[in-house]
Amino acid sequence: MNSLYYQKRLSRNIGDKFFTCLSVICALIATLPLIFLVTYILIKGGSQITPELFNLEPNPPGDDLDAGGINPALVGTLIITSIASIIAIPVGVGGGIYLAEYSKGGAFSRFIRFGVNVLAGVPSIIAGVFIYALIVSTKILFGSMYSGFAGGIALSILMLPTVIKTTDEGLKLVPNDLRYASLGVGASMYTTILKVTIPSAFRSIATGVVLGIARAAGETAPLIFTALFSYYYITGFGDLFYEMGSLAVLIYNFALEPYDAQNKLAWAASFILVLSILSVNIFARILAAFNEKTKRV
Amino acid sequence: MIKTNKKTPKNIILSLDNVSISYGKFEAVRNIFCDFKKGNITSLIGPSGCGKSTVLRSLNRMNDLIPNCSLKGTVMFKGTNIYDKRVDPVEVRRRIGMVFQQPNPFPKSIYENIAFGARINGFSGDMDNLVESSLKKAALWDECKDKLNDSGYSLSGGQQQRLCIARTIAIEPEIILMDEPCSALDPISTLKIEETMHELKMNYTIIIVTHNMQQALRVSDMTAFFNAIEYEDGDGGKVGYLAEFNSTKKIFNSPKEKITQEYISGKFG
Amino acid sequence: MEEKLILFKNRKRFGIEKNIDIIFKNTALVLSSFVAIILLGIILVVFFKSFESFSRYGLKFLVTSEWNPVKDEYGAFTAIYGTLVTSFLSLLITIPLGVGTAIFITEDFVPKVCREIIGSFVELLAAIPSVVLGLWAIFVIEPFLRDFFVFLHSFFGWIPLFSTEPTGRNSLLAILILVVMLLPIVTSIARDSFNQVPKKLRNAAYGIGASRWKTIFSVILPAALSGIMAGVLLALGRAMGETMAVTMIIGNSNAFSWSLLSPGYTISSMLANQFGEADGSQVSSLFYAAFVLMILSLVVNIFAQWLVKKFSLKY
Repeated sequence: MNSLYYQKRLSRNIGDKFFTCLSVICALIATLPLIFLVTYILIKGGSQITPELFNLEPNPPGDDLDAGGINPALVGTLIITSIASIIAIPVGVGGGIYLAEYSKGGAFSRFIRFGVNVLAGVPSIIAGVFIYALIVSTKILFGSMYSGFAGGIALSILMLPTVIKTTDEGLKLVPNDLRYASLGVGASMYTTILKVTIPSAFRSIATGVVLGIARAAGETAPLIFTALFSYYYITGFGDLFYEMGSLAVLIYNFALEPYDAQNKLAWAASFILVLSILSVNIFARILAAFNEKTKRV
Repeated sequence: MIKTNKKTPKNIILSLDNVSISYGKFEAVRNIFCDFKKGNITSLIGPSGCGKSTVLRSLNRMNDLIPNCSLKGTVMFKGTNIYDKRVDPVEVRRRIGMVFQQPNPFPKSIYENIAFGARINGFSGDMDNLVESSLKKAALWDECKDKLNDSGYSLSGGQQQRLCIARTIAIEPEIILMDEPCSALDPISTLKIEETMHELKMNYTIIIVTHNMQQALRVSDMTAFFNAIEYEDGDGGKVGYLAEFNSTKKIFNSPKEKITQEYISGKFG
Repeated sequence: MEEKLILFKNRKRFGIEKNIDIIFKNTALVLSSFVAIILLGIILVVFFKSFESFSRYGLKFLVTSEWNPVKDEYGAFTAIYGTLVTSFLSLLITIPLGVGTAIFITEDFVPKVCREIIGSFVELLAAIPSVVLGLWAIFVIEPFLRDFFVFLHSFFGWIPLFSTEPTGRNSLLAILILVVMLLPIVTSIARDSFNQVPKKLRNAAYGIGASRWKTIFSVILPAALSGIMAGVLLALGRAMGETMAVTMIIGNSNAFSWSLLSPGYTISSMLANQFGEADGSQVSSLFYAAFVLMILSLVVNIFAQWLVKKFSLKY
């Protein structure tokens, strides 16, 4: 046949159709988990949300049908994540500044960048094991073993590579022209970095850091034998050096309990955790898309 | 700054003495000898790749910011070798300002663009006055006096470049270096900037790199012609050198070197 | 002109400003070397803590599966085997799924908005904490797939991988939940690799009359291959180290079995499960296991980085 018309039965057209269908199926399968998971959490966890949930201590499993609330875990997650941020953000931003602004692509900076990538690939449980050996088992923190503080340090190890990377990459996007402009009027290097380059890269660095914090908030593995878990309210500063609950560990512990009341509490905690992490992520995405748009104009 | 014993004639503000600049192993320019007179506009011309921008950047140590860049020889500024180990490059840049090829205002307001540099230099006078006088000297005042709080990016390319000039003038440098300041601009903006340069000549020494020979002829008192030759060992790499340095009139009317003659008559470049 | 200079009292940089500049630089330098210190610290601490067990069991630790705190006999074969099997099998499922999705996102089958939404859905999946996925696996996936597992066993029971009666928590569930976790990694890296393939390559293939999928298979996929490989290796490292969801669903049994339908163990789930209550030489053996896990993931990660570097040189 000598026609230019599309022929359905041509083997290449059948093949094309087949593979197109295949990739559509892949994409469908890939989107399903999130949809199912989020819907399920919204329904199952959302139905557990009551004011008491936020105010009460959880009850130890087996006592009665009422599991109590998640107040200590919620506060614990906030505290542990804050400790991790307080450690990881200055160290990470400082390190990122060195890599992007000072190192001139020498062997040292290549080694550090390599180290950042390797550290990012270290399994999170190893960070927990490391802090256990370094802090928990040695009782180096004022004689306390398991503590919220140790948990925060373990989490900070996981946050560190993310913070360095986003700072490094954010600063690298700042055009050199801008640095030269500042140095050209006789600004010192630190003035240039603090007053010109960091402000220009602030939004991208902040977005990356916030996403890193959100990620750390859901980490469980480094906490299960550093911060451990606690059923009791956090009342004062001293509680930092005692066992501390967190939403993530609460979910882990209570998911494995045979009691329905505790399982429900795990779902409620998941609801809060997932909702906050997803909203941070979606917000960051919208912000990034908005930035792109304003840049083009 | 640290004084050295070497004497320089009084009206010479900046002098290059046997300067060679390399990027890593690759030598960009070789054995430059050159004296810049105070109150003059000197233009550096030559074919692309002859290292004239490299030389310009070396005059206020902007080259320090490029990895692997190294300089041999001495650059004397008012009796001090600015490549002396004891010299602070930041201080050099406070006294020798620079305007870049691409307009690069800070992402701040027009006012802040000028105030930033002045504040860094510890300016203690009336900032509003300084902003106004700098913008006037850069011939930008009339166009932006009503929107000093707008972002520097809201200006057109030519205006941005004049803002960058105003920013440099504001810190009262003794020398202003300009690296092809008009290459990204339209003819009308170029003309305005050239007018600005004529104004500035009263108070400043200006050294300008330009691709445009007409511009060199229009604005400068002295002209340095750079050229590039292949390495002796002949692996195809080129190294820049100063072919001829004389008053602009002489360079364009009766050059001594044949190569200069060929370049300005447009035979290569 | 000389008088004007008086207005600028910082024309000379005073000692304090110079010092701030130097301190600032050195602080940044010290902070950036923290990464190296921590990395080195992790390797050394885990190594020294495992030394007791290492000197007692040597390499035998890697090939025996006895794990008996009462008799003080330790061997991590089941956990190592479980780690490798779950991560490789989950990758085997994830690769076609992720690459297929990436192709769908980068080709123009549907309008751009739809593709971007699907892309963000897959990426948001990466933000879900692993412990929540574990919870979901226990209460939703497992009941949902229970009949399917029974079916698998009754029809394919002759294959060693499906040779046991399915238990409530088993290795196959862990593999499936790993697929969900790896999918975002493989998809987003594959998508980036596809996007990096120069447009002119695609146009060249279209220009000589290749069909869409002919172009994808013979031009785009080969060009993106090393990038995808690097992504796959990163995912492999992630899979080997993944802890929570796997611990919650794999059943945590040290009894070795070929079957995926029986409970299993991975190194990370063993650590999560036993570390809190371990004492004596068990702790050292757990550190030994942690050391093995760390070496495995280091090797995979370094190899992935090497591949990324090689890949980025190409364009």
